Parts: sequence; structure tokens; C-alpha cells
Amino acid sequence: MKTDPATLRTVLVTDCGSTTTKALLFQKTAVGWRQTHRGEAPTTVEEPVADVTVGALNAFAEVEEVSGHAILAPDAAQEGAAPFVAADGDAARGIDLYLTTSSAGGGLQMTVAGVVRQMSAESAERAALSAGAIVMDSISADDGREDHERIQRLRHLRPDIVLLTGGVEGGSQEHVVEMAETLVAAAPRPRFGDSLRLPVIYAGNSDATEDVRRILEKTARVAVVDNVRPTLEAENLSPARGAIHEFFLAHVMSHSPGYDKLLRWTPVPVMPTPAAVGDMVRGYAEATGQAVLCVDIGGATTDVFSVFENRQGEPVFNRTVSANLGMSYSVANVLIEAGVESIRRWLPFEMEAPALRDRLRNKMIRPTSIPQTLEDLWLEQAVCREALRLALFHHRSLAVGLSGVQQQRGIADIFSQTASRADLVDMMRLDLVIGSGGVLSHAPDRVSAALMILEGFELQGFTQIAVDSIFMMPHLGVLASVHPDAAREIFLHDCLVSVAHALVPVFPRKRPAESVLAHVSVDGRPAGTITAGRVGHIELEPGAAVRLTVEPEGRNIDVGAGAGATLEREFTAGLCGVLLDGRNRPLRTPPSTEEQIVERDAVMAELGLAVA
Amino acid sequence: MTQALTPALQVLAGTVVRKTRELPVPGRVLCARGDAVTPDLIVARAELPGDLHILRIPETLGIEPFEAVKGLKVDEGDAVAHGDLVCEHVGLFGLFRSRYQAPVDGTVEFVSRRTGHLGVRLEAHALELRAYVQGTVVDTDPGKSVTIESRGSFIQGIFGIGGERYGTIRMIEGGPKTILGPARIPSDAEGQVLVGGTRPTLEALLTAADAGAAGLIVGSIDDYALTGYLGYDLGMAVTGHEEVPMTVIVTEGFGWLPLAERTHSLLQSLEGRDASINGATQVRAGAVRPEIIAAREDAGSVSADRDPAAGLRVGAPVRIIREPHFGAAAEVVALPAEPRPIATGAHARVLEARLANGDLVVVPRANVELL
Repeated sequence: MKTDPATLRTVLVTDCGSTTTKALLFQKTAVGWRQTHRGEAPTTVEEPVADVTVGALNAFAEVEEVSGHAILAPDAAQEGAAPFVAADGDAARGIDLYLTTSSAGGGLQMTVAGVVRQMSAESAERAALSAGAIVMDSISADDGREDHERIQRLRHLRPDIVLLTGGVEGGSQEHVVEMAETLVAAAPRPRFGDSLRLPVIYAGNSDATEDVRRILEKTARVAVVDNVRPTLEAENLSPARGAIHEFFLAHVMSHSPGYDKLLRWTPVPVMPTPAAVGDMVRGYAEATGQAVLCVDIGGATTDVFSVFENRQGEPVFNRTVSANLGMSYSVANVLIEAGVESIRRWLPFEMEAPALRDRLRNKMIRPTSIPQTLEDLWLEQAVCREALRLALFHHRSLAVGLSGVQQQRGIADIFSQTASRADLVDMMRLDLVIGSGGVLSHAPDRVSAALMILEGFELQGFTQIAVDSIFMMPHLGVLASVHPDAAREIFLHDCLVSVAHALVPVFPRKRPAESVLAHVSVDGRPAGTITAGRVGHIELEPGAAVRLTVEPEGRNIDVGAGAGATLEREFTAGLCGVLLDGRNRPLRTPPSTEEQIVERDAVMAELGLAVA
Repeated sequence: MTQALTPALQVLAGTVVRKTRELPVPGRVLCARGDAVTPDLIVARAELPGDLHILRIPETLGIEPFEAVKGLKVDEGDAVAHGDLVCEHVGLFGLFRSRYQAPVDGTVEFVSRRTGHLGVRLEAHALELRAYVQGTVVDTDPGKSVTIESRGSFIQGIFGIGGERYGTIRMIEGGPKTILGPARIPSDAEGQVLVGGTRPTLEALLTAADAGAAGLIVGSIDDYALTGYLGYDLGMAVTGHEEVPMTVIVTEGFGWLPLAERTHSLLQSLEGRDASINGATQVRAGAVRPEIIAAREDAGSVSADRDPAAGLRVGAPVRIIREPHFGAAAEVVALPAEPRPIATGAHARVLEARLANGDLVVVPRANVELL
């Protein structure tokens, strides 16, 4: 297979998800690189099939069926051999390269352990998350648990890999050695394979390496890499991230059913799905200089990715996964964490709590069913808003500056009341938010997807809202590892659907309801006003180049350019124009159900959505 | 288009069920191919490594780690018994002595010179694996697993809590549509698998458990009763390990639905027979559903009521699993190939089905289960 970008014409990429294997065909056409065809089939990593390649072959067959492009060789079923027709210059036949990502079987599941929760354990968590893992738990000496509780918890978890960290270089060794003792006492068993030797990556104080290795080597397969937190001021995630990828391929993938074959079909290492999405988000943010927030809300988990500048002006990438928030398998977790009232406030009709709970429980046990009535659709979209809200809250707790670093604080800082752990996610500075996952990508009306993101994330200032058309970002992430230009071209042309731009002024609470907050002009002509407490909408020709001017009606109103300042932006209009949101942040809903329903009706009617 | 998988819960009057009983760690298989087994019989046994106990000597004696190491009376690999002297520290001029005695029996696995801690591995303990079902051993994997074949009836539920149990099937009076209150639970339910009714109240669940019932099989349950019985709010449908006194299996879902007629009549025909039940549920790819297995030597030849490979076809009986026809049984009358718009505005692959009352409805294919 070819990997030289100059020689590539046809690339087949799969994402082997927990439920579905999605195959996409990327081709170099007369107008550039495009996503041309797709096919999907149920993933077959679990019993009774227990071979991931069966589902992949079914997905390839569907791509062949819909495209007429020959992909599978006649002897495709032959054991072990790559099943593809090689491209030989005929544009309608064969592929040059096959690539894949994987989150089948629940993805890469890790446990991290450190000494101090807000220092080494947090750095370890960031390393694991940026490598595409789900962090099942973070154990640390100051996590408020007793020894036996930590041991019990570690024993209960069956991680694929453990990342052990702790201590800066030249610092204390005792605590990280104690953490190794706790780990060996718990002796957690790996999820796959009969071996009891759990893969453990040690990325802590190098002076303690031999002690840690001696304690762990009887029960674990130990790899040692550079310290993730060599000093309080620095974080060094790359070596740990590299080791996680190596272990993922060598000990996790190779034990998963059928992956030994799949690994032989591609010359490029299989990437964990979230790592591929993260690479795509990071690459796009770096190329455009934008602050980007991306969410993938799935059935079981919700991933949030962000790139924001830190105080030094450097772009910082963060990923979190809320492993307990999702739209089907985990829908009851959203119910538990958010509560019935928080979900019900988004409904434009009345629903009793027992009925709401039973409906969501039914979705939990029949996760592949889809809403057939508007009531069911609104209920799922209400759950989505709460899942987004909770996932962003979780993300903000980890997307922070390094703890323990001494910062010089001036008079302005003191008055700004900034927390010592600098929150990197600044919604006023956010340029682009990308929504992905069935509830957002496949919402019957694109504007309803934009509204879920606007309200779930409580956007502020001026922000572009886009969705991933068919959840293509994992495929593009792994393609970018070989041909970044092709990946970027397809991302902009076929993947990113610009839905709308949101304009949300921030203003003092004492401002009277119904008062004008700002005047909006499009290309120099008045186009509307933003009114306190109301949602409005400016229609624009999709794809048109637009010059927007927003003048705040007061010195203490911030429309995204600073308090009292006029905002000037030039952009390409999305499908649904500009959403004007005059509701202050944090969003507050009326106290009574009747008033809530009236408000929901008004918002939905303004945006042209069907109402009760 | 690729054939989508249509879920189906099996309700089979006569079939052959194979259960592979696998040890989590290598051990010993205690039966041979051809052996007849009963649910309670231990078919395999393994030794699980004992827990590791960490002795924090410096913290306990108030000394430095190096002082603890210096005073150690044992080394790695040594056996220690409860009360044995493990460490003795001699203080200033030999005037003060402090001693640390082993709090447990075990073997010293490591000595940490950095922390002064000792790791003592406790004795291994036995893990016994029972047959769970009545039947015949048809295969063994030495040291690892036993496969048992059981002939009889097999019924799957949609959701359950509680693990493997065994008991005699007993129908609850009142029929499948009756709301199950505590008054309907028989007081002599010890060791029985109670069947019938729907939406049991929390009091009914607790009454059945107090009466010693091994299991309760109902059409539906409501969220409040479930949470009350479990003692916590269940976030994901991954169950089977709950510490509950009685296994509960729900055949239809949450709400008000009665046991499906077919399931009810089959269970009725099994009244008085012994059944193995398991509430374990895992709603993900390769889903695990709760099960009821009633061994019957008179089950005759294998006779699946439905060929699972047949999939969704015109004439297939289905159950609708979403509003607005949630729970209704229907028959497929058409399978249009192209996606169609539905009330939400989405385009979905649908089927046309006839309800029991003769009404024709259009339903997304994702919203049916094969009966």
C-alpha cells in the first residue's frame, strides 16, 4: 500500500465504533479531495461473531454497492490476507491505502494514579485523555479516600493500561513508591487477555524508577518514560502519550477479537477514535488561529475537545471524556446527574416526572430506537442540552493552567477575582464550536442542532456553530497522519457544516427585560436588534460573504468585542443565519411550568421550529 | 443497503441452550464430558491469589523508613503468622525498644527500602463455579471451562437485576395485566420464581424478597420501584451483580405493559417446573439480556419458534418499542426500501405494520423488535 501523499488517489478509511463500523471512501477528484461514498455495518467485535474484520468487510461491501467502485478482491475471505483490490491507475477500481480508527469494545480504558490530585494526577489524566483514552478513575494520595477504598476501587476496575505518575524531578520519592504499593496491593486485572500482568506506564520522578519497577514487576508489565510533570511549571505529556499508543497497539488492540488481521491490512497504526478527532481539532485550530470547542455526544460517552490560548498566548489543547454522559446507554446517568427538573425546563409541553423517567429508562434499555413523535424528539433534545452542559462543566474543570505554578498577580488580577487555577475555556473568546454525534449531526432540523449547542453550552459573544455532517472527523484525523492537506480539504468541504452564528451579549442582571441590548447591521444596513430576555434571528443567504456590525446599547454590554465596544466581523453565512440571544448568562428558566412552556414556544417559533 | 440488525427477544418452548462456565483464573475442572449436572453442582474450582496487605511500619512506630528496614526480622519470601515479630527498633542508647508484630498470616512479597513498608500476601482463597443450569456436560477446557447443554424452554427478558438463581416457577394470581401489590405475593414463596402481573410496587418487591422468593418475573416496572428496591439510582443498564435478595426480570420495559401473551402462556405451561434465572443485562453491542431457562427432558427435538436468521420480513410478528404505539404487537405488511419522512421531520427507513385492532401504522425499523 502507498503512503506517499503524492501518489495517493483513493483512500478507504473505517472507524470501528462500539456499535457501527463506518467506512468512507476519500478520492482525489477533478476539483480536489472529496469524501465520495460511505457504507456502514454493525460492528462485530463482540460475540457471537467476535471478529472486527467481519463488520469491516460488510461496510466495505456497502461502499462497493453504492459506489460501483471495486474495493474487495475476489479472494477477500482468504485468511489473513489484505482483502483489497490495489489501485492500478483506473479511477473506478481499487484503493491506494486503507486506514482505520477504533473505539470498539468500549475504546481504550485507563486508570491514572498520581501523588497530588491537582498536579501529577491531573497531568496524568491529561496525558491519557489526549492519547484517546477513557479515564475510568484518577487515584491520588490526596483524593480523600482511605487506602482500602483505593485498593477496592482499583480492583474493581479492569483498565487496559495504568499510568502511574508522581513527584517532580529531584523531589520526594516516598509518595509515588507508596502509590506503586497500592497498585500492587490491588493487582487490577487487565480487561483483555488471560495474562495477569497489567500494562503499567511509569511517568513519575525518575529517581524512584527502580523502586517502583521492583515493586510492580511481579504483577505488571512495566514501561518507564519521562516524567509527565518534571517541574511544577512544566508538563511533558508526549512521552507518556507515545507509550500509551504503543501499549494500545501491542497489548489492547492485539487482544481484541479480529484486530490481529485488521492490523495487517493497514501500514499505518490504528488510532483510538478520540485521538484522531483530537488531532483534527488541534490541527484545524493551529492552522486557522481560532479558539475551537468540539463535542462528540455519543450513546455512552461525551467527548469534549478544546483549543484555547493560555496566558502566554500559546494554543493549548485539551480533551475530556465524560464516560457517564450519553444519549442512549448512559441516558439515565444524565437524568441522575441533571435531575428531572433540569431536563423538563427545555420541554415545550408538560410531562409528569414518572412518565419522563420511564421514557428515558426505556431509551436506556432499547438504545437503538429513534424518536418517532415530536414529544420524544424534544425530550431527547432536552437531555442533549443537559449532557452538553454537564460535559462542558467537566471539561472546564480539567482545561486549566498548571496548578502549583507561582503566578505574578497585579492589581488588575486581584480585582478580576480570577481563580488561581486559570480556566482556559473562555466562552467570550470562542470562535467555533463543532457538534458531532447522532443527536446533533442527524437532528431533523439543523437550526435545532444549533439551538441545542447554543443553550447547552450557554454560548457568549460571537460564535460560529457547525456540525460534523456524518461524523467524519475520526476518519479525517487518521488520514491527516498521512496526508494532512487532503484531510483539511475534505474537512472544510464535506465534513464541517456551518449551521449558524450566535450573537449573545453579556450584560448586568439589573438591565430591564425587553430593553434593547444591541443594534445589528448586515453589510451596513440595519438588520435587527437584540432584546433582553428574547431570542431573535437574522436570515442570511447560506454561503454569502457577510459584514456584521453590532453596536451595544450601553457601556456595560459586551457583544464579543469588550464592554461597550462595537463588534465588526466578516464571515461566510451558515445555513441558518445569525441567532440573536438576549438571555443573560447563566441561563435562567422561569419558575413555573406554564411560563417555561410559553418561553420555549416563543424561542422555537422565532426560529421556525415546530411547536406544541 | 446492508441489513440492519433487528433485535429480538427469544421466547422458545423447546430448544437446546449451551452455557459455558468459565473460571476467571486458571484452575481445575471437576467434571467430565457426559456427566449430568444440576444447577447447584460445583463444576470447577480455582485459587484466587490472596489480598496484599501493606504493613506501614514507620508510620506505626513513628520512625524513619531506614530505621524500619534496619530493624526488620523478616525478608522477602518469608512466611509470617499473626503476632510474629516483624520489626524491632532500638532507640537511644538501647533504652527504648518498639516492636511491630504481623497483623495477618501470609508471605512477605516485597520490602520497600524507600518507604519502609512491607507487602504481605495473604493465603489464596478458593473460587467455586456452579453449573447454574441442569443438563449434560458436552465439553471441557481443562483448567478453564465447562460447557453444559440443557434441553428445555428459554425466555429472554429486556431488563433485569440480580444474578443467577434457581427456583420453582409459580404463577401469581390475577393475570398479566394486574398491578402487583404486596397482597398478591404468596407468603409461601420460599425458593420460588414468581411470575405474573405488572408494575410491582416497591412494597410488593420487598414482600416477595422477604418471603424468600428466588425471582420475580413481570411485564413492566416503574423507575421509582426499581430505585427503591436497589437502594440507588441505576445509571446504565449493566446489571447482574447487585446485592439484592431476589432477582427481578422485566420482559417488556418501563411503564405499564403486561407480560406479552406468548411469554405469559409459555411460563404458565411451565408452572411447577424448576428454572434457572439470571437478571444480568448489558445493553451494548453483543448485548446480554436476562434469561429464564427451564430444563425439560420432554422438550423433544429442537424446535425454535422462530428462525432468528429470518430477520425482518413481510408477515413477521413484531413489537413496537417507541411511542406512539409503545408495546403494541403488530405484523409487518410492507418494507419500503427508501427512507421516508416521519413526524419528527427526520427521514428514516420504515416498515408498515398492522396492529391487532386492524389499524395500519408506519414505524421506523429501528423501533421494532421481532417477536
